[in-house]
Amino acid sequence: MAHAATAGRVPERGLDVYTQKVGMWVFLCSEVMFFAGLIGSYVVLRFGAADTWAEPGDVLNVPVTAFNTFLLICSSVTMVKAFAAAQEGDQRGIKVWLLATTLLGATFLGVQVYEYIELVLHKSWEGSHGFTPAAGLYGATFFTMTGFHGFHVLLGVICLAWATIRAHKGHWGADNTHGIEVLGLYWHFVDLVWIILFTIVYLI
Amino acid sequence: MATIVAEATGQAILHEEHEQSFLRKYIFSTDHKVIAIQFLIYTLFFLMIGGLLAMLMRYQIAWPARGELPLGGIFPETMVASGYILPEFYNALVTMHGSVMVFLAIMPMLVGVWANYLIPLQLGTHDMAFPRLNMLSFWAMVPAGILTLASFFVLGGAAGAGWTLYAPLSARPDLTGVGLGQILWLLALVFIGLSSILGSVNYITTTINMRAPGMTWMRMPLTIWSLFITAILALLAMPVLSAAGIMLIFDQTIGTSFFLPEGGGQPLLWQHLFWFFGHPEVYILILPAMGFTSEILSVGSRKPVFGYKAMVLALVSIAFLGFIVWGHHMFQSGMNPTLGLAFTVSTLFIAVPSAIKTFNWMGTMWRGNLQLHSAMLFAIGFVAMFAIGGLSGVFMASTPVDIYIHDTYFIVAHIHYVLFGGSLFALFGAIYFWYPKMFGRVMNETMGKIHFWLTFVLFNVVFFPMHGVGMVGMMRRIYDSTGYAHLQGIEDTNALISWAAFGLFASGFLFAFNFFWSLKKGKKAGANPWNATTLEWQTPSPPKHGNWEEIPVVYHGPHEYSHPDVEDKDWLAQNERPDVVSPAAGSH
Repeated sequence: MAHAATAGRVPERGLDVYTQKVGMWVFLCSEVMFFAGLIGSYVVLRFGAADTWAEPGDVLNVPVTAFNTFLLICSSVTMVKAFAAAQEGDQRGIKVWLLATTLLGATFLGVQVYEYIELVLHKSWEGSHGFTPAAGLYGATFFTMTGFHGFHVLLGVICLAWATIRAHKGHWGADNTHGIEVLGLYWHFVDLVWIILFTIVYLI
Repeated sequence: MATIVAEATGQAILHEEHEQSFLRKYIFSTDHKVIAIQFLIYTLFFLMIGGLLAMLMRYQIAWPARGELPLGGIFPETMVASGYILPEFYNALVTMHGSVMVFLAIMPMLVGVWANYLIPLQLGTHDMAFPRLNMLSFWAMVPAGILTLASFFVLGGAAGAGWTLYAPLSARPDLTGVGLGQILWLLALVFIGLSSILGSVNYITTTINMRAPGMTWMRMPLTIWSLFITAILALLAMPVLSAAGIMLIFDQTIGTSFFLPEGGGQPLLWQHLFWFFGHPEVYILILPAMGFTSEILSVGSRKPVFGYKAMVLALVSIAFLGFIVWGHHMFQSGMNPTLGLAFTVSTLFIAVPSAIKTFNWMGTMWRGNLQLHSAMLFAIGFVAMFAIGGLSGVFMASTPVDIYIHDTYFIVAHIHYVLFGGSLFALFGAIYFWYPKMFGRVMNETMGKIHFWLTFVLFNVVFFPMHGVGMVGMMRRIYDSTGYAHLQGIEDTNALISWAAFGLFASGFLFAFNFFWSLKKGKKAGANPWNATTLEWQTPSPPKHGNWEEIPVVYHGPHEYSHPDVEDKDWLAQNERPDVVSPAAGSH
């Protein structure tokens, strides 16, 4: 490639992708490493303490969280619909689908808060009073991983609410889709992380 | 998140130029140059704090309980009691000297200052991709600094478990007597992680997407290559440290036991997480220094960088290898010896790209028209000191030798040869070199040269004997070595090291004086005082808000010195003479 660079030629300038999107992908690489740190620790700690781990469903309410997982997956679908509506300039579609995504995300958080309260007040693990982060490695890893995921959902919901308010001011349209696309990238990432967490924390 | 979405590109910035308030222009500025200068002042301050902590340590090491500390009375009773440094305070000094120097001085000075300052200027763009995130990355460092300083004055004092924060020492307040101080330092670390990640997103995105027309990857200055690779390392390593640090905070505060064996946790897990971050961190601390050195040596030798393409490949391979060698910090931890062998081999591989770089630096200088100004002296000093530090690294990489010298002053000597003799020498060089661009004036050369020679000589008097002290077996964090039979007879060496260290610290004030004196009295620099080729020198000093009236177009490689087809001068700027065919970078 270097030999092609001769006098007078003015080749490439950057990727053919807008800057915010590149930035979000780069940021998500960092997020992957953050969750890799947490999940990796979980794997190491769980294998190191195989005999003191709860069976799926012993402590956690799997059906409720399965429903919650379903909600989050649906919110990824509505996010895609919002982006598609923006590309077509469908103002009503943008508002409806962004609002739906916000509400689904908020509901997910509500169910998670309900789950935490139930666990802390009504469950126990190896003699602890309530299932809390202090309840052995099982409690510690559970609350750390799902808690940080919940924090990411919260940030996403705040941004989605902001995008929805902007939608009502007619901010988005066929000529202005970048914000929704970049937000969507983040939202799908959070969804994907949850699918991994649900599998390794609740199901196996 | 919201900021990423809302951020405008550099184009909008030019229009704001006239009606900026003082607050927006100098305090909450989104201009990458102002942010870089904020980082510079911040890091120079913490460099002094870190140095001061080292001086207190050196006093204790040289004269343990043998004489009262001069001015000892100004310290609270919890640190210095009746003139003597207390063991607990010494632990805090060891820990915080390392922590402050790595996280608040050298790392933000390498990356926060120079990535911010140079990436948009050398790539020929108006500003960073996300100026507001950039501002946030500086302001996230402010609480980190405040928390760090405050931790010295809380009950129990500052963190005392070593900069590596090994659990369970760091996880249980009853073991060190430090409770809140440790938590404050960990919180500071989370802020530093945030700052570093936000910065990295910016640096990487800007480099990928905002290069001037014609600025191909292989025409980027080596500074940019090194800062770009460093940003990738920080982006991938810092979040792991943040995750680990948060788990450690939980162990201390909400009763988890991730790293506490009595609760089923694994102290070794902390070491793996820490060094998974820690070893890339080592390269975060040296790669930018390598970039500055390549740049300064090329300008100061009036020759293109020898083996540009090899330099780039060496950077990339060092960065890659940096992620798979972390276990070489843990040979003594009880980890599986077979794994240890794998880490030994992968570590020794790093000697290859490092040697390529050293060879190429010498090749760059070979038969060059050497201009021995202060910046060049520091760059040459870097090559020499890095060679020594690199070679002592080979000792540690091989397990049998490492078991003998583990946690001795040999390690202290090594880390300072690469971090002070390496990174800080290159940073001094970089400051002398780019100061004219930042402030429009050249730093005083006489003072600069005196500063170099004092630093160079005293540095070696301080750190070279430490190899020997370490081989004798002096432990790395020992408070008082006089009680050990095998350490009899090294008192004089330790006293010599301490006197030289005080001199070294004092020579820093000559630099500081020169820095502030030259702001007003320095010789006025034109746009291009060094006759350099890269883009930042083709705009006024200091560059205006927005950097360029018109985005430059790049026609040449980054280091076209003594070009055979250019008769009137010995340099060819990247954006001039489209008629001259420059050999593609890398084919020299």
